[in-house]
Amino acid sequence: MSAPVSGPGSAPQAPGREPVRRGLPRMSRTARQHAPITATGLVVKVVLLGLVAGIAIWAAFPLIEAEHWLALGVLAVTTAGLFYLYLSRRHIPAKYLVPGTLFLIAFQVFPVLYTASTAFTNFGDGHRGSKDDAIVAVQTASVKQVPGSTEYNLTIATTGDPATGSLTFLLSDPKSKEVFAGDADGLRKLDAADVEVSSLSGKITAADGYTLLNIGQASSRSDAITALIVPTDDGAIRSNGLTRAYEGKAIRAYDAACDCVKDSETGKTWTADEDSGSFVAADGERLAQGWKVGVGLKNFATVLTDRNISGPFFGTLAWNFAFAIGSTGLTFLLGMAIALALHSPRMRGTNLYRMVLILPYAMPSFAMLLIWRDMFNTDFGLLNNLFGLDVDWFGGNWSARIAVVLVQLWLGYPYMFLVATGALQAIPRELTEATSVDGASPWQSFRAVTLPLLLVALSPLLIASFAFNFNNVNAILFTTEGGPFAPDNPTNGATDLLITYTYRLAFGAQGAEFGLAATVSIFIFAIVATVSAISFRRTRKQEEVYS
Amino acid sequence: MTTIAETPTSTRRPARRSRGRWFAQVGWRHLVGVLAVVFSLFPILFVISAAFNPLGTLSSTELLPTGASLENFTNLFDNTAFGHWFLNSLLLAGVASFASIFLSSLAAYAFSRMRFAGRRVGLLALLLIQMFPQFLAIVAIFLIFTTLTDLYPAIGFNTPWGLFLLYMGGALGANTWLMKGFFDTLPKELDESATMDGASHVQVFFRIMLPLVAPILAVTGLLAFIGSINEFIIANVFLTEPESKTLAVGMYGLVAGERNNNFGMFAAGTLLTAIPTVLVFQLLQRYIVSGLTSGAVKG
Repeated sequence: MSAPVSGPGSAPQAPGREPVRRGLPRMSRTARQHAPITATGLVVKVVLLGLVAGIAIWAAFPLIEAEHWLALGVLAVTTAGLFYLYLSRRHIPAKYLVPGTLFLIAFQVFPVLYTASTAFTNFGDGHRGSKDDAIVAVQTASVKQVPGSTEYNLTIATTGDPATGSLTFLLSDPKSKEVFAGDADGLRKLDAADVEVSSLSGKITAADGYTLLNIGQASSRSDAITALIVPTDDGAIRSNGLTRAYEGKAIRAYDAACDCVKDSETGKTWTADEDSGSFVAADGERLAQGWKVGVGLKNFATVLTDRNISGPFFGTLAWNFAFAIGSTGLTFLLGMAIALALHSPRMRGTNLYRMVLILPYAMPSFAMLLIWRDMFNTDFGLLNNLFGLDVDWFGGNWSARIAVVLVQLWLGYPYMFLVATGALQAIPRELTEATSVDGASPWQSFRAVTLPLLLVALSPLLIASFAFNFNNVNAILFTTEGGPFAPDNPTNGATDLLITYTYRLAFGAQGAEFGLAATVSIFIFAIVATVSAISFRRTRKQEEVYS
Repeated sequence: MTTIAETPTSTRRPARRSRGRWFAQVGWRHLVGVLAVVFSLFPILFVISAAFNPLGTLSSTELLPTGASLENFTNLFDNTAFGHWFLNSLLLAGVASFASIFLSSLAAYAFSRMRFAGRRVGLLALLLIQMFPQFLAIVAIFLIFTTLTDLYPAIGFNTPWGLFLLYMGGALGANTWLMKGFFDTLPKELDESATMDGASHVQVFFRIMLPLVAPILAVTGLLAFIGSINEFIIANVFLTEPESKTLAVGMYGLVAGERNNNFGMFAAGTLLTAIPTVLVFQLLQRYIVSGLTSGAVKG
């Protein structure tokens, strides 16, 4: 099977090609000698480079406006680099590699590196921004209505679209009759001539330059209205319902002298702890608002030693391997068995069988996973109805695991059937005939000839399938969602793969822990990479033995 | 694989004997085939039955169709933005798979036919990057696109183009190795003789290499197409407005809450989604058999 395939292409040792392998000169030489410039080639080149220039200019304006000078520099250098690369005659391999690599770096390498770097921080809910952000958050969150607070009549307005535009509070002071406009940047006084104030309610009913929200529009954005805090000199203005606002006082304030937050009502202080990125009181109480700090290898130590995480981690790891090996192995066995059964010169109608058999692979898998989930439904699922069972499939640990693997078997075996058929057709018939002439039984001939050759041809696909199933999020998320969960541990279920477990850590209801999740994903990466590397080595050796 | 000679021939009458022989040689193969067909088909039969079930609920759906009503289909188009989802998915998956195949075939050509500093490192790096679970980078992706949405709303959240760019990031990692395998199987003499005749490297690529691997490109493209149709996690974070969703995101929303009642509509949507992929699959299945194995051996 692999002999004809690996023939011509993989013969880099061919004597005539030695000089080629020494590096760049060959391509640049051919380029200088030949490379006739055709009219079409020139036109295409000009059009594409013009497109690049156009996109660069389009992209530059918002960057200048937002004063992202670093990003602008990167854009300019990238564009200049592209022009140099495609106008010069050298660096031919780069001309082919750069387009894909640009996307790869921007949308895969950069996010992945960023994620990996968060593994060394405490990034997560309550530790998102800088220390200054945390101080502002602590102070504004502590704004309280105190006796003597100024009260305002409130009208919600925007300068943009009522449904999406950023909000502004239009405020009128019922005592002094002064009018103000306030948003997250602060409060400013409006000219009384520019606004109309209702004499009945004291509310502003029109203002130049603002679109007022009616009650329906305002109530649909009530979350944003509650969240809007207008900072003032003495504290901040917050809304109280949709028609009233008050100027409250920040009870907690940051004091740079002691690097701590003081509560003016109780006198309690929380001192900044740079190691954990939070304000900690003497009694150990932490403020919810902290900041992002580097924690070194603490997350790695947590994964390995914390009972609550390491226990589930290794259990999940074991099941993860079982799932990936089970799914890959069973689909391969079933696919191969059916391929063997249908592979016979006397068989009629194999094409018909094949057309029907690959249907599960051609159906949209996300939808079929959800269909299977409902077929396993205890009360009105098809499987229980059909066989008169009353099994709570996703309720028990092992029945859920069996169900998940069964679904993978259904989805995956047609693929293995197809590729096994292809590989079988490529095995020369003389080989199996020779064994039967020598008196081997069909089973012996299969063991000694067919199976090894099949494995050589298919093991790269099996490794790829293993790597895919190891991180097969959809298979779990669309069916059991990781469950069933033990009553005492709602973060880790019996069918959780490492990746779905990590997904829950990162985005789960308990509050996001991006740093810890990134650490677990580094572990996952290391495991998959190691397993793949070992098996690639083994297949290399196999190929040498059998071909 | 031929189990002919050893069959027990203890039956007396010739007719029965030949039927026994027929079963031993061919018949059991058909039996296996039929069993496999049953296993493959029964969930699909269930989907069809649910799609045409006039009640449209999970609890009222049997394995065999109990009625023939198009109500689920009309509901699907009237009550949801299914038409939008369908077009979004087709557009996104079509453009993304085409572009990603093109990008990775460019790279694969360089890796297969040229020798340059950093070639091995590059190939190895691609293999490694691919193994990092990309969707875990979703926090970073979210932060990046929050900034991008402010700067360029045209490629931000809720646009197919932003998601397209993101999928392009995975283009090289997913297919370059497979494609390099295909290119390696083409004899080097072909492009060397073309170079001697005065063809430039661009001409060799477009006029000689691409046409020769075209069927295999089609297969890889089809797999990429199916991959992006089924992609859920990133699209789910990215697309939140009803009319910008893809099929996977939209249809998941259909059964996420109202599981029982929307089941018929969901099944109808599944059938409609399957039409394009199943059709192309049947057309290309021959190439899948030969293409995947030959490319994979080299991968």
